[in-house]
Amino acid sequence: MAEIGLSHYLIVAATLFTIGIFGIFLNRKNVIIILMSVELILLAVNINLVAFSSFLGDLTGQVFALLVLTVAAAEAAIGLAILVVYFRNRGSIAVEDVNTMRG
Amino acid sequence: MTVDMAQFNADLWATIPEVALACGAMLLLMLGVFAEKRTTLVTWGCVAVLAITAHLVATSSDGTVLAFGSTVIVDPFARFAKLLVLGGSAIAMLMSIDYLKDEKLTRFEYPLLVALATLGMLMMISANDLIVLYVGLELQSLALYVLASFARDNARSTEAGLKYFVLGALSSGMLLYGASLVYGFSGTTTFAGIAQVIAQDGVGTGLMIGLVFVLAGLAFKVSAVPFHMWTPDVYEGSPTPVTAFFAAAPKIAAMALFLRVVFGPFAGAEPQWMQIVIFLSIASMILGALAAIGQSNIKRLMAYSSIGHMGYALIGFAAGSQAGAQGVLIYLVIYMITTVGTFVCILLMRRDGKAVENVEDLAGLSQRDPTTAYLLAILMFSLIGIPPLAGFWGKWFVFLAAIESKLYLLAIIGFVTSVIGAFYYLRVIKVMFFDKPAAPFEKPLGSVNAAVLAASSAFVIFFVVVPAPLVEAAGVAAKSLFP
Repeated sequence: MAEIGLSHYLIVAATLFTIGIFGIFLNRKNVIIILMSVELILLAVNINLVAFSSFLGDLTGQVFALLVLTVAAAEAAIGLAILVVYFRNRGSIAVEDVNTMRG
Repeated sequence: MTVDMAQFNADLWATIPEVALACGAMLLLMLGVFAEKRTTLVTWGCVAVLAITAHLVATSSDGTVLAFGSTVIVDPFARFAKLLVLGGSAIAMLMSIDYLKDEKLTRFEYPLLVALATLGMLMMISANDLIVLYVGLELQSLALYVLASFARDNARSTEAGLKYFVLGALSSGMLLYGASLVYGFSGTTTFAGIAQVIAQDGVGTGLMIGLVFVLAGLAFKVSAVPFHMWTPDVYEGSPTPVTAFFAAAPKIAAMALFLRVVFGPFAGAEPQWMQIVIFLSIASMILGALAAIGQSNIKRLMAYSSIGHMGYALIGFAAGSQAGAQGVLIYLVIYMITTVGTFVCILLMRRDGKAVENVEDLAGLSQRDPTTAYLLAILMFSLIGIPPLAGFWGKWFVFLAAIESKLYLLAIIGFVTSVIGAFYYLRVIKVMFFDKPAAPFEKPLGSVNAAVLAASSAFVIFFVVVPAPLVEAAGVAAKSLFP
């Protein structure tokens, strides 16, 4: 039985991070999916921080992770609020429609 | 566990400007909530709080103070950058009063959001730990996302806010991922600890990847190419005073943070970050010069101009020396003051109760309002870098530092792109002075805005006469970055 070590956690986190980045750039449908991708990126960071914290036997990483969780909540709230006012103006939250300004 | 009260008090006193700003902003928030129609009072209250904060920064003891377990640093560099940011925010706040009234956007949240964003910037500038860096950066960014979409019934403003939010959150995520790797591979989040690990063991693969992600996140915040794509849209879509604020304060704070990070924790990794910074600098200068040529919207033009100017400032980073850091600081001061003056003129552009934003709308300004036209022309010449105006000396100090560090290619590219960039600044002047006059603007400059424009142009013209105070202050600030 192979032991689950630090590298496994890092690989999971790196995979989540990559999925998050691709979710932002490849998605053409809905801005909500972008918000979810951002959350995915922050979760990847938290996995990283907690894994390192446990591996190093140092609590700082877990404190950092708690702060990231708090800020992520505030960020999601503001993102959704902006999305709501945007929807009121345009009547759509499709990514393709976010194009009034170009050039 | 007992808390050492004496130590705690000393820590609080070291960060008294931030404490004062936070308390002042929250008090004014209460005032705004309970006395609704008092928006002007809240605005002036916020300006007063910023002034008090600036006074506390200016009168704090000299030398370097570490607080809260050395997660916060207050040194001459931090003081210099903080004064700059506070000045930029206060001026941007004053400039907004008339515009917001005309656009029926007068709400007390506006000055408060600016004040809270400024608090985030002060935290970023004083950060000496990855956690403080992140929290400061987010405090700033979250307030800025809301400010960008402040005209909430305007489709372009909300779109600007949405774009800024998505790309800003992405950049924060990248910075944070880098920070988590740096923490994991160095075992500490304090800047001093990271610097020590790099000095002892060099830069391993993990730290290297972390460094790249952190730099990418910071490059987003200073809008360096290839992480610039949010800038033109956000500058164009946001209400004009918000754009002026974006150009004046957050850019400076992000640049100061960038300086702190590359010359603090990652000083030992200079060969590694140097290549990245040189690439960012060259790409920003070239894109800033070329992409602005086809723009008709003056706010969009200023966005590309700011991308180019950040490229010039990054030359000073690439020099990797104290002279380079000093050059960056001087450049930032001059850039901020010049842009603020330019945005006063952009705020003037109103017709039929609406803001107009095309360069062509300036036509005939030289006949209707020669003073403003000449002052704007001077600011444009300064942005090009024509001697003896201030803009020239900004470029002079960073180019000189680059040449001293034998970065001839960078200096030559900088020179060529300033010549190319001159084209679009000169176009603004040509439209004002030589094109067929367009319809006049609604009203002349308000007294506050006229004072800002006069002060900004006076600085640009007379900097050459008394450059010593600024140059010396920037020198002292830069010196504290290199212990």
